[in-house]
Amino acid sequence: MNMHSPAVSGGHHPRDHDHGHDSGSTTVLGFWIYLMSDCLIFCSLFATFGVLAESYAGGPTGRELFDLPYVGAETVLLLISSFTFGMANLNMNAARTRKVIRWLAITFLFGAAFIGMEINEFAHLVAEGAGPGRSAFLSAYFTLVGTHGLHVTSGLIWLAVMIDQTRRFGLDAVVRRRLACLSLFWHFLDLIWICVFTFVYLHGVL
Amino acid sequence: MLGKLSLDAIPLHEPIIMGTGVVVALGGLVVLALLTRYRLWGYLWKEWITSVDHKKIGVMYFILGLVMLLRGFADAIMMRTQQAMAAGGAEGYLPPHHYDQIFTAHGVIMIFFVATPFILGLMNVVVPLQLGARDVAFPFVNSLGFWLSAMGAILVMISMWVGDFAATGWVAYPPLSELGYSPTTGVDYFIWSLQISGLGTTLAGVNFVATIFKMRAPGMNLMKMPVFCWTALITNILIVAIFPVLTATLAMLAADRYLGMHFFTNELGGNAMMYINLIWIWGHPEVYVLILPCFGVYSEVIATFSGKPLFGYKSMVYATSSIGVLSFMVWLHHFFTMGSGANVNAFFGIMTTIISIPTGVKLFNWLFTMYRGRIRFHSATLWTIGFMVTFAVGGMTGVLLAVPGADFVLHNSLFLVAHFHNVIIGGVVYGCLAGMSFWFPKVFGFTLNEFWGKVSFWCWLIGYWLAFTPLYVLGFMGMTRRMNHYDMPEWQPWLQVALVGAIIVGLGILAILIQLYVSIRDREQNRDVTGDPWDARSLEWSRPSPVPFYNFAHVPEITSLEQHWENKEKGRVEVRRYEDIHMPKNTGAGFLISVWSFILCFALVWHMWLIAGASLVATIITFILRTYDRDTDYWVPADEVARIEGAWHASMKEAA
Repeated sequence: MNMHSPAVSGGHHPRDHDHGHDSGSTTVLGFWIYLMSDCLIFCSLFATFGVLAESYAGGPTGRELFDLPYVGAETVLLLISSFTFGMANLNMNAARTRKVIRWLAITFLFGAAFIGMEINEFAHLVAEGAGPGRSAFLSAYFTLVGTHGLHVTSGLIWLAVMIDQTRRFGLDAVVRRRLACLSLFWHFLDLIWICVFTFVYLHGVL
Repeated sequence: MLGKLSLDAIPLHEPIIMGTGVVVALGGLVVLALLTRYRLWGYLWKEWITSVDHKKIGVMYFILGLVMLLRGFADAIMMRTQQAMAAGGAEGYLPPHHYDQIFTAHGVIMIFFVATPFILGLMNVVVPLQLGARDVAFPFVNSLGFWLSAMGAILVMISMWVGDFAATGWVAYPPLSELGYSPTTGVDYFIWSLQISGLGTTLAGVNFVATIFKMRAPGMNLMKMPVFCWTALITNILIVAIFPVLTATLAMLAADRYLGMHFFTNELGGNAMMYINLIWIWGHPEVYVLILPCFGVYSEVIATFSGKPLFGYKSMVYATSSIGVLSFMVWLHHFFTMGSGANVNAFFGIMTTIISIPTGVKLFNWLFTMYRGRIRFHSATLWTIGFMVTFAVGGMTGVLLAVPGADFVLHNSLFLVAHFHNVIIGGVVYGCLAGMSFWFPKVFGFTLNEFWGKVSFWCWLIGYWLAFTPLYVLGFMGMTRRMNHYDMPEWQPWLQVALVGAIIVGLGILAILIQLYVSIRDREQNRDVTGDPWDARSLEWSRPSPVPFYNFAHVPEITSLEQHWENKEKGRVEVRRYEDIHMPKNTGAGFLISVWSFILCFALVWHMWLIAGASLVATIITFILRTYDRDTDYWVPADEVARIEGAWHASMKEAA
């Protein structure tokens, strides 16, 4: 190393090695950090649910309300959608644009089906008089599960945008970077859902 | 369509509020007229509003902080005046509902819209320069984060004239903040202004953590990173970790108020103490978010103006990190009186005393840095020494409050109020002002006027002690915080002294404004031609003042903790061969998204569901459209770089 010209190194870097902003790995790291902060939103909601899990206020309990097979089906849909996203990822690595689009579309369908089932479940609960205002337990339940649902919905919008961008721009660096982030997001939501399934539904019923 | 909003929302019957409103409106009109007269709208839009340059964003954060400081201080002086008057049967001049809003707004504004913008502004200006980077990791996100915070501040300001602000105290404890006890829009303003600015702060946190981890110049490992960057790193990790908790907590409070849920209500199983736990899990680390970067400022300032390397760099890093960790284990000391039992209280009491140890380490480091140094008493040095004296006392009263038994006596008293002003004014405000006078020339190319800087310092120092020492005494005399009026005539003299102190602090603020005016007027005499006006030590001083927009013509190679100092010692010179530089383009998307979000929040406050829905859709669509914009960066040609650098070299030669 040339000790006497500490400032010269810029000259050795070709353009694409530029020590600039927004290179792919920085974005993925930044997105990771964002996910961790998002994770803490869920932590707060889980903790709250933990505190309020038995504050039924004379209203219905989880055991009376939850339909495990139905929620199990939801879980399977979401897990499959994670698998199909994995397929999209593999095809992205192989640079097969059309297959990427196809798998993303399939992922979208599974995700949308999950959201459809969740809305249906919520509507049922509200119709039974077990809405979020019935008890602190139900407030915590609806907020926790609903926040996850909102995240999945944002994921769906993002998926739709990425399907369009993949079609429009092909698998260039920007699209790949965004798909990498979306993939992190999608798997993250899966992880959260597994916790929801375990601590909210299983724990509530068993 | 307009939800709950009607003309009744404007408090026409409150002469104080309406008078302020008229003044602000006239002032605003004058500014608008001047902007139009001098045709500055285009300049403002092109150079500032759409800017993604971290230095300009830093300056805008600072301006936001200064403007809101005036508002927050106006609240403070009104409270002091009220309490100095309202003794033994006298009612003072502020009706209770207005007074309650004032102390709430004062706290919210000072923490979220003064202290937070100040430290974010400092970090924006300084961190990339100290790291040897040309920008932050995500320049667009940086612009978005700033504008979201600014919109939060505007929302708070609007609440003064349209509707009311929360009358709950700055952390809005339920059940008081629930719909049953606070039926007006005040708490809703509180919620949405903090949600929008909190989102901005979280984005800034993510951005800086990524920047510090990924954008350091080659050769700069973490232990060669300047202390200010270390404190910024820990602060931003804290931001990323705690602001989501605030977001979730306020979302739950909003769910209670908007959707009839029962998280924190008295009915149907709600648990108000849970809110208090959650808000302080955010709130305690938040005070370290504010103070740590200021510790960083003091470290830079004291090393520079003592002409010595910082004493105990490593212990500084470890102390900062351990404060970061410990800050998560002390939140319960804010409510020892909750009744968690002796063991829980003992644990949190002990943790709280432990956290003062790394802070003590730092204090000794600064003292040893000064020891046998050639100390220059620049105003930044004065702020630092004033801080050391003031903050040490604040730290000690904090340790006193950490003893649960003592806390049971002093809880919610003015002793507590005196304690946290002692550490926040003596720590955060002094630090930000020290940072301002230290780094101002780096951004603007001329130094601040020293005379008015010193006047400001002495006013703040004397004013602080006069204003808050009586509050310690009053705390022991049993006066609780947030009192509109009181029956005890023996309290009044102390409160009158406190009012005098507050007025002197006000003179200190005035001195800052005069300082800015005088410095801008005399800028030609105070030009910083060398780029290193203080004979300083870290990388930012190796560049011209003001720093060119690309920061570094060459990405520096780091071999030393004090790179710039070492270069000066060894007489290294920059190679004058330049390359094209890759830079981000300006964008109005961050501003536009923030404006939509502002409309969204305002509509939510007033239950205007249609407008809320539409602005939410607009926010999302604007964001998506931004992702379709592929033309987000450009290359600065080498010739342009050579021209800018050449001009600097020429002016230095001329000066020498």
